Amino acid sequence: MYKQIGVTGKPNHLLRDQMIRLLIYLMVLCVSGVFLWILLDLIHGGGALLSWDFLTDVPRDAGRAGGIGSILISTLLVLLIALLVALPVGWATAMLLAEFIPAMSLLGRWVRYSLQVLAGVPSIVFGLFGYAFFSIYLGMGFSILSGGLTLACMLLPILVSTAEAGLRAVPESYRLSAAALGMSRTATLFHLLLPVAAPAWAAGLLLGIGRAAAETAALMFTSGYVDRMPESLLDSGRVLALHIFDLSMNVPGGDAPAYASALVLIILLLVINLIAMQLIHFWQRRKLNTE
Amino acid sequence: MKPKSDMTDYLNDREVLNPAQPTCDKSNAYTLGPLQTGPYCCIPEPVIQVKDLSLFYGAKRALDKVTLAIYRGCITALIGPSGCGKTSFLSAINRLTDLIPDCRVEGAVQFEGNDIYDATCNVQQLRKQIGMVFQKPTPFPLSIQRNIALPLREHGITQRADIQVITEQVLRDVGLWDEVCDRLDAPALSLSGGQQQRLCIARALALDPQILLMDEPCSALDPIASSVVEDLINRLNGRYTIVIVTHNLAQARRIANYAAFFWVKERERIGHLVEFGHCRDIFETPTHPLTAAYVSGTRG
Repeated sequence: MYKQIGVTGKPNHLLRDQMIRLLIYLMVLCVSGVFLWILLDLIHGGGALLSWDFLTDVPRDAGRAGGIGSILISTLLVLLIALLVALPVGWATAMLLAEFIPAMSLLGRWVRYSLQVLAGVPSIVFGLFGYAFFSIYLGMGFSILSGGLTLACMLLPILVSTAEAGLRAVPESYRLSAAALGMSRTATLFHLLLPVAAPAWAAGLLLGIGRAAAETAALMFTSGYVDRMPESLLDSGRVLALHIFDLSMNVPGGDAPAYASALVLIILLLVINLIAMQLIHFWQRRKLNTE
Repeated sequence: MKPKSDMTDYLNDREVLNPAQPTCDKSNAYTLGPLQTGPYCCIPEPVIQVKDLSLFYGAKRALDKVTLAIYRGCITALIGPSGCGKTSFLSAINRLTDLIPDCRVEGAVQFEGNDIYDATCNVQQLRKQIGMVFQKPTPFPLSIQRNIALPLREHGITQRADIQVITEQVLRDVGLWDEVCDRLDAPALSLSGGQQQRLCIARALALDPQILLMDEPCSALDPIASSVVEDLINRLNGRYTIVIVTHNLAQARRIANYAAFFWVKERERIGHLVEFGHCRDIFETPTHPLTAAYVSGTRG
């Protein structure tokens, strides 16, 4: 009399579920596989060269001998200048866009639009712009300062868009209830919204650091090729990525130091990421949980 | 919950009981401050006067020319169907409408005789004196203690000892102290829904407001947590002026001294005030047919 409801029969979606699952795992394997491959290749090619002396010596014989001490210093200086300039400007812009003007206002749309265009500009164009503007027009020449400022321009789109998205992801109810408690906009921002959005800001910062540390083309024309130890910010200084490029393209017999330099670059990025992440988490915990 | 079908008795009870009640009832361990001197809710003295208040979202009129008074020390319930502008009305009283893009207010809202939409009005100070509790509990993702401390610090109370005293007092007031006193550093989001809502009420009370605006404070809670919050509102009656939006007519009837019935015009979707008066009158002898239909359950 009653028809039995279909608990038996072909499980039509079970297979599909498992296929998708397998596919996803395969993709993950590919991603981590590529990273592992690169890392192992670098360790194989340059691991033997890695030593304290390599990290502290200046390059000799076009980089075939000696170390990368001056290169490391130049890299860190360029990175530091880029962040020191880009972080305040970028994060302030993000705060303006997300908190102080309506999302669809004319100013907001224009700023966002120009940042999108900026994000799509190839780095070589940034390099030429930096050369024309900072090096020639402002008279900085080939210098670490000029390179850092050029990099800062490149970092702005990443920093602004990630930070703005982070702020927008904070529930509107926090803003409303903070306002209903008579809290000012800035207090709400600094005590509530920023700590909540901190992980997104950290992600943007790390993306930016990664991009800046790996940049070659934009620095070719701005911070230059000179591999001496820089004596001031107005000295030219060769960054790691450019050093790797030069060793592998222009210096016969430079393969081993190129491998070793690349390995140092990757380790440097890992270390910076770890430290930045710890700092952000520490700050977030302190802001959110204690008095 | 004691049924209070007869509002007259209830009001008379209050008159007799309130002066006799000790201000700090040790048996309950509630530390609400002394009762406001001055008239009780049956002698109306307006603390807020709303005149011809219209509210627009962009070009769309959401609320049309509302005129009513909020009386000191009383509970005023705003009732009516969804979309009739009750919440908009509430947020016009503490100027939370400022935060809503494209929202525009016409007419006048006077708080203690001062126009709150005047350019010289100190909005932060206004919102300190007119607290607000939202429909969904909105504790900050901070510790329980810091949820209360953060707004206090913003208003210049920075001494740790002061903050601790106030924290304990308001948490006792909302009946949360015994439940959380051993874990004030725990995240507020780890509390249950009803506890979170009471924490939000405590957070508003910590600023020592005159008026408390409540936007359906019980509707996101289960019946038990809801009745706890309702008891709490009843205890606050007389100490604070309360304006409460509620869809629960029985609740409005139980706790409110005054009721305002809003309705939304069918075609234009414009909310407006239909009737305002003593809660008992609205529920028992409504003058407008719409009110009668709504409170008897045949419309709405």
